[in-house]
Amino acid sequence: MASETITAEEYISHHLTNLTYGQHHDGSWGFAHSAQEAADMGFWAVNVDTFGFSLFLGVLFMFVFRLVAKSPTTGVPGGLQNMVEMVVEFVDDNVKSMFHHKNNMVAPLGLTIFMWVLLMNIMDLIPIDFLPEAGKAMGIHFLKVVPSTDINITMGMALSIFVLVVYYSIKQKGIGGFAAELSLHPFGKWGLPVNLFLEVVNLLAKPISLGLRLFGNLYAGEMIFILIALLPFWAQWALSVPWAIFHILIIVLQAFIFMVLTIVYLAMAHDEH
Amino acid sequence: MNINATLLGQVISFAIFVWFCLKFVWPPLIAAMEERKAKIADGLDAADRAMRDLELAQNKATDRLKEAKQDAAVIIDEAKKRASQIVEESKDKAREEGERLITAAQAEIEQEANRAREQLRSQVVVLALAGAEKVLERSVDDETNRALVEQLAAQL
Repeated sequence: MASETITAEEYISHHLTNLTYGQHHDGSWGFAHSAQEAADMGFWAVNVDTFGFSLFLGVLFMFVFRLVAKSPTTGVPGGLQNMVEMVVEFVDDNVKSMFHHKNNMVAPLGLTIFMWVLLMNIMDLIPIDFLPEAGKAMGIHFLKVVPSTDINITMGMALSIFVLVVYYSIKQKGIGGFAAELSLHPFGKWGLPVNLFLEVVNLLAKPISLGLRLFGNLYAGEMIFILIALLPFWAQWALSVPWAIFHILIIVLQAFIFMVLTIVYLAMAHDEH
Repeated sequence: MNINATLLGQVISFAIFVWFCLKFVWPPLIAAMEERKAKIADGLDAADRAMRDLELAQNKATDRLKEAKQDAAVIIDEAKKRASQIVEESKDKAREEGERLITAAQAEIEQEANRAREQLRSQVVVLALAGAEKVLERSVDDETNRALVEQLAAQL
């Protein structure tokens, strides 16, 4: 527990509140000082903490991979190149087995998703109070460390993929083809309204489930770390260590699922019915 | 837990990262990996080829060795044959030479004997005449007796 003076409820809600920058009620811009204040800022506010970490991790990923990609040796690769190539080959194998159309964008997209989501998830393994307490020492009130526990981050990626799915559906089949796919499907042309309803729900369920799955898994995982942190300090390790070890699996698995589903959705967008 | 502009920021940065990955990260890495794959395949091929070449060369070498051994055996055989032939030939030649020498010697001996006999004969005539002269104490008609004495000498 962070300190004896705050209650468990305050501790939990503190950990679940983003550092939000936006416009206050009185018209001035600044950081929100409570969850309520952040909610009142409306849409035009930014979660500086999760977005900042997300950007930092994305840049880190790009930096490391670009470092290797700038001068890759075709001989025996060193440690870093080996690791990078392992990830690239893993993604490439998955894409090749699931995506059989000609599209150079899918594999790099899959790599970006896998590595970025993986790095965002790994932030969950940093002990829950390390960075927030460090932030507090520097005068930052709220600090949510794991970007993928922010629904804006996960839905942002899921919606981008939704846009790509719609774009490639129309590109491959034409607007008419896409409309036909949405309206003529399970019950033929006489069941058009029902078809349209079912197919649109089906289409929208893809990005929503994609974003919410990642968010839900990581949010729940972090929540359990927060609850474990409420125990007396000498008992925490007994639960946090097993949970962290188990969480490694979830971290990789969720990144992998996000990538695989993206590839599958894009492959479905390319498929002719 | 609010939906706010973070979502848009994430969309934009996502797009930028994917573009960056597509342009600057993925192609060089894949190219390098493909190149290495080709290199390794080439290397394995070369090793296979070298192995086959080696086997071929070894076969050729043993063949050559066998051939050489056969050749050598033939040559040795021929040489032996030739040697015995030469020995035979020289034996024959020696024998012929010996025979020739013997016949030549015999002919000479005969010649010498004949010559001696002729000399003897002529001397016998002279001796007989002298003996007869002494016996008769006078010179009888040489011409009449000569035929008689030569007849006597031929009978010797």
